Amino acid sequence: MQSSSAAGTAGAPHVPHVAAHFASREVQDHAARLGMWLFLATEILLFAGLFVCYANYRFLFPDAFAEASRHLDLTMGTINTLVLITSSFTAAMAVHYAKEGENKKVVWMFVLTILMALGFLVIKYFEYAHKFHEHQLPGPYYAYPGIQLPGVSMYFTIYFLSTGLHAFHVIVGMIVLGWVTLKAMRNEFNYSNYTAVELGSMYWHLVDLVWIFLFPMLYLI
Amino acid sequence: MSPSSSIAAEPGAVPAPDEHHEHHPSYLVDGTTVKSWLLTLDHKRIGVMYLIWVLLFFLIGGIYALIVRLELLTPGPTIIDAMTYNRAFTMHGVVMIFLFMIPAIPGAFGNFMLPLMLGAKDVAFPKLNLASLYLLLSGAVIAIWGMINGGMDTGWTFYTPYSTHTTTTVAPILFGAFIIGFSSIATGLNFIVTTHTMRAPGITWFKMPLFVWAMYATACIQVLATPVLGLVLLLVVGENIFHFGIFDPARGGDPVLFQHLFWFYSHPAVYIMVLPSFGVMSEVVATYSRKNIFGYRAVAFSSLGIAFVGFFAWGHHMFVSGQSTFNAGVFAVLTMLVGVFTAIKVFNWVGTVYKGAVDFKTPFAYFCGFLYFTVFGGMTGVAFATASLDVPWHDTYFVVAHFHFIMVGATIMAFMAALHYWFPKMFGKTYHEGWGLVSAALIILGFNATFIPQFLLGNAGMPRRYYEYPERFQTLNVASTAGASLLAFGFIISAIYLVYALVYGQRASANPWHSRGYEWLTASPPPTHNFVGPQPTYTEEPHLYVGPEKSEVPDAV
Repeated sequence: MQSSSAAGTAGAPHVPHVAAHFASREVQDHAARLGMWLFLATEILLFAGLFVCYANYRFLFPDAFAEASRHLDLTMGTINTLVLITSSFTAAMAVHYAKEGENKKVVWMFVLTILMALGFLVIKYFEYAHKFHEHQLPGPYYAYPGIQLPGVSMYFTIYFLSTGLHAFHVIVGMIVLGWVTLKAMRNEFNYSNYTAVELGSMYWHLVDLVWIFLFPMLYLI
Repeated sequence: MSPSSSIAAEPGAVPAPDEHHEHHPSYLVDGTTVKSWLLTLDHKRIGVMYLIWVLLFFLIGGIYALIVRLELLTPGPTIIDAMTYNRAFTMHGVVMIFLFMIPAIPGAFGNFMLPLMLGAKDVAFPKLNLASLYLLLSGAVIAIWGMINGGMDTGWTFYTPYSTHTTTTVAPILFGAFIIGFSSIATGLNFIVTTHTMRAPGITWFKMPLFVWAMYATACIQVLATPVLGLVLLLVVGENIFHFGIFDPARGGDPVLFQHLFWFYSHPAVYIMVLPSFGVMSEVVATYSRKNIFGYRAVAFSSLGIAFVGFFAWGHHMFVSGQSTFNAGVFAVLTMLVGVFTAIKVFNWVGTVYKGAVDFKTPFAYFCGFLYFTVFGGMTGVAFATASLDVPWHDTYFVVAHFHFIMVGATIMAFMAALHYWFPKMFGKTYHEGWGLVSAALIILGFNATFIPQFLLGNAGMPRRYYEYPERFQTLNVASTAGASLLAFGFIISAIYLVYALVYGQRASANPWHSRGYEWLTASPPPTHNFVGPQPTYTEEPHLYVGPEKSEVPDAV
């Protein structure tokens, strides 16, 4: 077949060969990117369902939602937002270095990203611990004397569901980035082969993006 | 009509595969260990495994259906108690929808045919393809485990707040459906990427076979709708275990919100079930009419049209939920638009048959049944979209009969047509044409005998899902049960002669139907990498029949 695998890459270090069913390297990368975009679309739709729940109950219980959102820790939320945005930057830098074949820098950028992800989870843990302590919990477990408005337990249901689902995605993202980091440690990436870095970073940007929506929705308005 | 001789190997056919048989074994014999099947990345083997599993699920769902029909033979208790009856119709729905109708045609025939029709060696992501099969199976195992350990009595729609309070085993079954949803997303994603990136040189978008167009439109729905179902199923599982109250009115939750989220998936899911059928039928009607498909672009675009409009029609499931008259009106009009796109297809199929040289083989018999079910089921659908008519018919047997006609009737016709049409391509064997026609006639008759009485029952006011019913409904219920038995008998005949054909059938030629479809450009069954030697050239449209004569279509290229 016409295995015109990116002319010029022959002899470059660690270029994985084009899978047998693809016509060329370009087609293979195009397929991988398109697949990732579609997957990210499904992830956004998954969260969109929760956003619909939020909108519905915010409309039904506006007072309880406004009051409850003031009981979240805005400082910790803001720090976490900054941490995630910075980690998105380092993930983007990893793609930049991968294109230049600087695998060592790719490793560093991803290690920083993963550390920040861990930091995010630690801060989240403290927030959660505080909520558990105050019994600001979903549904029947809600027993916080501070706010006693109808529908307030619904706010905390949605808070825990959406931040919990997001935290799950943070963990998955750490695993994905860890896997790409291992590949970078094996010096696999160069100007023609960096799709894995790109796709891993795209996933991380999604995790960041979802938080960018969750933060104002839960903490600010 | 001479049953099987007309589709047997013809002299001078299939030169390449037989000569090079040693070097290019068919995908069926290239590796015979169990492991070579279970861990295969070959889309054709994955398709065959899908076929085996969905047939098993069809059998399970069918047995539940017969239990339900037998129970309704008499007005009072017949063979099972009320709770078992509730579980039986729930499991009938869950198994048939999530494990048969949604994965059947894309999983079995889409997997097998899509790469062949695109001149590709495989789907874009072969490992993901295998993973989606195992996701389906693990979801099925979890759901069936739940069925054995208690079962569920909510009906397949899992309506809250009942589903969050019932003591039956809701969580594992919903979690199973959640995993099956992932399988569906993976298949859809794979097909979209395959269609975009794997087309052979010469196959432009408007030279793609119509089955590919239908699979593409289906895949778009699968990718865009299924995540929402995934979320709502997770919410109900969480609700059932922890009682968060998100859909529980006692805690301020909103059960209608559940219905919105559920039908946002489950209404488009109807088109996940019927769009592949439309694709199969476009192939079948062109092949057996020996005519180019009438209005190729209209048929292709109407698939996308149905996929698009299908997303805006979910509200017609909630005409009696207390939504405003304005909402009901909007959803009614949007729902009727689906009828417009379906009508485009139906008229084009009829236009294709018109003055065609019809070869009345088994798949064409199923096409006739399909046309009838689609039109009848579709017309009752338009009637249902009218909010004022929906109100008296709501939750009666009229609904049951309607969605069985359009979803089940059309899908079963297409599934059986696809099974017969592609049987020679997939297994390299021919089946007995006479028995094929007999079984098709029995299935179509049985289907009518089952569901036409249900239209009458519903119109007379018998509610769906009831365990007992007044004496006056008995005659029609007996007729319906008799029809179901006839239907089952038809399927049993099919199973017997198809299995017989697998073992003793004559060897099929590469293109026994003299079809212009791209998938017939290779041997039957195809070699592992789909094509031997140079890739076929694609200079003509896939459905281009220049005249009614068979001889104009070469047996193999």
